[in-house]
Amino acid sequence: MFENTKDTIRTIRTAGKLGWAMESNWTDPFLFAIYSVVRPIASSLILVVMYYVITRGKTSLDLFAFIYVGNAFFMYVVNVLFGISWVIHDDREHYQMIRYIYIAPMKMYYYLFGRGIAKMVLTTLAVIITIAFGMLALKIPINLMTINYPLLIFSVLVGIFIITCLGILLAGISMVTAHHSYALTEGIAGLFYLACGAIYPIDILPVWLQYISKLLPLTYWLELVRRAILGKSISTTLGGYSDFQLILIMLGTTLVLAMFSNYIYRSIEHIARKHGKIDQLTNY
Amino acid sequence: MKTDLKTNFKAIIARAYVRIIAANREPSWWFSETLLPILSTAAYVYVYKALKAPPEYTGFVILGGTMSAYWIQVLWSMAAQFYWEKEMGNLDLYMIAPISRMSILLGMALGGIIQTTSRAAFIFLTGSLIFNVSFAVVSFPKLIAVFFLTLISLYGLGMLFSSLFMLYGREAWHGVTLLQEPVHLISGFFFPVRNLGFVVGVVASFIPLTLGLDAMRQLAFKAGAASGFINVNLELSVLAVLCVIFLVTSKYALELMEKLGKKEGRLTLRWQ
Repeated sequence: MFENTKDTIRTIRTAGKLGWAMESNWTDPFLFAIYSVVRPIASSLILVVMYYVITRGKTSLDLFAFIYVGNAFFMYVVNVLFGISWVIHDDREHYQMIRYIYIAPMKMYYYLFGRGIAKMVLTTLAVIITIAFGMLALKIPINLMTINYPLLIFSVLVGIFIITCLGILLAGISMVTAHHSYALTEGIAGLFYLACGAIYPIDILPVWLQYISKLLPLTYWLELVRRAILGKSISTTLGGYSDFQLILIMLGTTLVLAMFSNYIYRSIEHIARKHGKIDQLTNY
Repeated sequence: MKTDLKTNFKAIIARAYVRIIAANREPSWWFSETLLPILSTAAYVYVYKALKAPPEYTGFVILGGTMSAYWIQVLWSMAAQFYWEKEMGNLDLYMIAPISRMSILLGMALGGIIQTTSRAAFIFLTGSLIFNVSFAVVSFPKLIAVFFLTLISLYGLGMLFSSLFMLYGREAWHGVTLLQEPVHLISGFFFPVRNLGFVVGVVASFIPLTLGLDAMRQLAFKAGAASGFINVNLELSVLAVLCVIFLVTSKYALELMEKLGKKEGRLTLRWQ
């Protein structure tokens, strides 16, 4: 038991180091820092400009902070999802190392998780920078003294777990698809962007889409993060739930997702190994 | 000379063929390239709905999302393509083959345009139908001219990027990533570029989609002209100039980078 835990930690640590090196050592630290900041800020500014164009700069409205915070934390979904699922293609087609990773005495599952850690660290920095930029440059009304830190930390940790489960599910699908599946990851992230109320309250979605939204743990995660930071909810649909109720629903839906993700990953991995697709090369 | 032209023409068709046919052989590609991209575009539509924006903004977003399909394709399948080809070992074969490297780039562009048009058309039609976008086209000939000039100059820019990124390793990958959201922002994919101010608009005009999108919005929507950046005729002229500049520059950039790559031994360097 102890040996297993030790092996698991070693796998995650080594994969994490490898992921970090691949993410960061392609350039000097200064350029890397600029690169890490520009993209998230630009992504937030798109929404900021859209908001300014329509409201003529009324940033005091609750909706502005709602959109900004939701978009900042949604970066976890895009980056970590991509960070984990892309590993399959990167190792299979680019570095052509996947068969050696499979032979190595470690579990692929933990290796994938470890590779995602670099993205988690980078995204955490990006979220902090984006929020700080919002507070300083855009006057987003966030009071650092009134943030519910226990709820925020708990929600972020559960959120990362949710996204990891989704990443592993997509990694499974990537085993049987061609190298273009970065579009699949972006598309799935787009689905959550649309349905989870990342940048608007889910109340404005059509009713059928609201049902889908309520099945997704990320919806509750984003609502909890916003409540922890802004101290209130502007969603009439989710506003009726207390924090505790939201936590319970989030944990329940997360459990279902984790089991589903595990089942899909193992099933597709088996199919990929059976049909010799584990180390296939595709290039268009 | 005749044989050269024929061989190069065959190379263009062959490179384009891989893209067009391969896309159809992968069912998951259709799913991820047509159905899924419309979801993030729809999210931007709902932002405007939450803000109670005038209805033409829905059309602006749908058009932006449609043209975004081309930008993403130019970045990942043009700009970063030689990086991929180098990593896969195909770049060496292109160098050995008795063809102009420009044929490969043209084939990639042609295949890319055809491949992406199906995705873009799906986003445009589905988005317009679902969100009930109403168009008021001022001039069809001008609209078609803007669309094609935008595509030609955009893919010309893609060919230029492809040449410049040929020698790079992961820098190419990250460079392309960096050109995604920031360009969505400064080119006004989801709002009229005029709102960013004249100076930013002029700088962003080096990316053909900035003027292309602005001109298309002015020509296709009732309130488009009121939110336009500059006169459509001027935008058409600038796009035509950009076509020539990017296509010619990409040829010289390719020659230069190939020479440099051979000199420094970086053309076949993999896994950097």
